[in-house]
Amino acid sequence: MNLKLWISLAVGSLSTAAIAQDSNELVIDGETLVTETAAPAHLEDFDTIYSGWRFRSRETQALETDDFDNPAFVFVDQGLDLWEEVDGSAGKACASCHEDVEDFAGLRTQLPRVQDGELVAMEDLVNGCRTERMGAEPWKWSGGNMTAMTALIGLQSRGMPVGVKIDGEAAPFWEKGKELYYTRVGQLDMACSNCHENNYGVMIRADHLSQGQINGFPTYRLKNAKLNSIHARFKGCMKNIRAEPFKEGGDEFKALELYLASRGQGLSVETPSVRN
Amino acid sequence: MKRAIGLAAIAAMTVSAALAETVAPTNVTLADGVIEASLTGQPGDPVEGRKVFANRKQGNCLACHVNSDLSEEIFHGEVGPPIDGVADRWSAGELRAIVTNSKMVFEGTIMPAFYIDSGYERPLEDFAGKSILSAQQVEDVVAYLMTLKEE
Ligand code: HEC
Ligand code: HEC
Ligand code: HEC
Repeated sequence: MNLKLWISLAVGSLSTAAIAQDSNELVIDGETLVTETAAPAHLEDFDTIYSGWRFRSRETQALETDDFDNPAFVFVDQGLDLWEEVDGSAGKACASCHEDVEDFAGLRTQLPRVQDGELVAMEDLVNGCRTERMGAEPWKWSGGNMTAMTALIGLQSRGMPVGVKIDGEAAPFWEKGKELYYTRVGQLDMACSNCHENNYGVMIRADHLSQGQINGFPTYRLKNAKLNSIHARFKGCMKNIRAEPFKEGGDEFKALELYLASRGQGLSVETPSVRN
Repeated sequence: MKRAIGLAAIAAMTVSAALAETVAPTNVTLADGVIEASLTGQPGDPVEGRKVFANRKQGNCLACHVNSDLSEEIFHGEVGPPIDGVADRWSAGELRAIVTNSKMVFEGTIMPAFYIDSGYERPLEDFAGKSILSAQQVEDVVAYLMTLKEE
């Protein structure tokens, strides 16, 4: 009897942990980032969108507020080294042609985008320069060199609002991404929407479900202590529901990336963010 | 010696009899949200069922349901309703249907169907053509759920 009472009290305190996104403000270097804004018109089912930062613990949140504490900056520094590093048969570095990496300010907000009829992600642009202009080997989509470079380039847009193009030539890619978002897959038979649209704000075992926004990528995860690409995260979520993931850098994930980016229109780019 | 062989033979017979009575996922009849008969022809074991409920590689029911009876586990998910007192709300036949194929009971639910081996897309190779739980595990979970009474 007493034991039972004790147990129900213990569980009672567990379930009160049920809080949705918090109301904390993300300020980095004196600049306030937009972690909450009105949902874009194409999203019918909710009014407000939130950055994944708003669903993390106080301690995890704090790591992102100061670049000296943010473990992702070790990798941003590696990106700076790579920027200067000569590689490939043309004997060039990124810095040989691009005067300053700061010139990429704003680029992160617009990607992925359609170019010559194809949907291209930042990784494609980087590897395009490596293979066609430097005569160097392409980097692995989610490898350390690539995420270091996409973090460095993305950082130049930090604080700017996500604003991908979804009409015109982009429309068919966007439609395809949307379809994938709502399609159930895997032995567990779930869609992205089941967790990130219908259940954000609640706990799924030890994880606090967010809206699955991609404004902070590549993201440093405490879980694996490295930078994680957008497609690597998609892959992880698919494997968790025991689904065969699509290929990193493939058409499906790029379409999904465009669609997810569009669900976050107006949120600040947070690259490189910190998550658990 | 002879006796031991005799016992082993009897045990083997019982096992094969049990196997023969196990209903394959595709042969389950779920009518009006109820599956009356045990999927194995045997009663489930509530002690095993409690383990299946918590185990992340098996039921992982705790991912989505708060359960006071498992207060020794730290993290309880909140995607579904708390499971406390579930036997006061549902019969064994109804619970068997919910665990076997929740989608036939709650339309469009996020809760996985635990005893189907087809009808889902792009499964990871290791899981293709398999159900999440075995028939016996479903019975064990149902037996466990039947112990969760509050009234
Ligand atoms: C030999 C010259 C050269 C080298 C070396 C080079 N790039 Fe480029 N890069 C270009 C040119 C030219 C463009 C196209 C510019 C345009 O379309 O405005 C470009 C475009 C890009 C873009 C797309 C910019 C945009 O706004 O659309 C990115 C990102 C980029 N480069 C990154 C890199 C990185 C990272 C490296 C090194 C790993 C690198 N580039 C090396 C010449 C180079
Ligand atoms: C079974 C539930 C579940 C499903 C289904 C699921 N995810 Fe996730 N996802 C999570 C959890 C848990 C996390 C980590 C906590 C969080 O940020 O929500 C996460 C995180 C993410 C993040 C990182 C968010 C951030 O702020 O860093 C992205 C992006 C994401 N998911 C995309 C997807 C996509 C795309 C799909 C479908 C292919 C998908 N998820 C399917 C549970 C799920
Ligand atoms: C991914 C989430 C998820 C998982 C995992 C899950 N459930 Fe559920 N469950 C739900 C939801 C959501 C409902 C409510 C039905 C609905 O969708 O409307 C539910 C409903 C139920 C109900 C009816 C509860 C009531 O009081 O009405 C039972 C019983 C149940 N689940 C048992 C289980 C068991 C046993 C397992 C594991 C073998 C399990 N669930 C795993 C999400 C889940």
